[in-house]
Amino acid sequence: MLELSLTIALIIMALSILVCFIRVVKGPTMSDRVVALDTVGITLIGIIGIVMIIQNTLAYADVILVIAILAFIGSVALAKFIEGGVVFDRDHN
Amino acid sequence: MKSSLMLHTITRIVAFIILSFSVFLFFAGHNNPGGGFIGGLMTAAGLLLLYVSFDLKTIKRVIPFNYTTMIATGMLLAIGTGVVSMFLGDAYLTQYFDYFQLPILGETELTTALPFDLGIYLVVVGVALLSILTIAEDDA
Repeated sequence: MLELSLTIALIIMALSILVCFIRVVKGPTMSDRVVALDTVGITLIGIIGIVMIIQNTLAYADVILVIAILAFIGSVALAKFIEGGVVFDRDHN
Repeated sequence: MKSSLMLHTITRIVAFIILSFSVFLFFAGHNNPGGGFIGGLMTAAGLLLLYVSFDLKTIKRVIPFNYTTMIATGMLLAIGTGVVSMFLGDAYLTQYFDYFQLPILGETELTTALPFDLGIYLVVVGVALLSILTIAEDDA
């Protein structure tokens, strides 16, 4: 029963990544693609969590945190690039 | 650039979480997934978040690290760990470990793999941040 529901959840998450991928490919603006990529990262965290339950291990717990941190920093950097054209400000103001 | 209060506030909290997570990864590397490389990359990511959120000048004043020196120190530390075992009569990079009674931690296994890992950590942090900041300061 648990196995079945985990498989169903994995399939649903894979489909949602597919939908996000469609948005990444044909998103009209850059912002759509950034948000879609962020959502792909978050869904990947869910998939890894379910894989952790399936394999009955704790070994991927660090991977989840690393993906979350990298997705956050990547989104912040891309958002800053869209807003101002530069990722790193040289000087205040 | 408009000041972004929300980004600054989040950065002040999240940077510490990322940095402490990187220290955890560094020390967990002996018995769990982790180690000097991914710990160094996470430290670089945490510092990078500071550089992205604030500006280069402010963060350079707050953390005045010379990353070139950091790379050299890391390499010297990693090589020195190997050379010490040569002086003691063993092969290059032979590891020693022993169990010690530490005040708070209790019985702990200390190995010479830890300073070697610290060298890798310093090199990874230095290389990642030096290359990124050199590109960022380049006038196109």
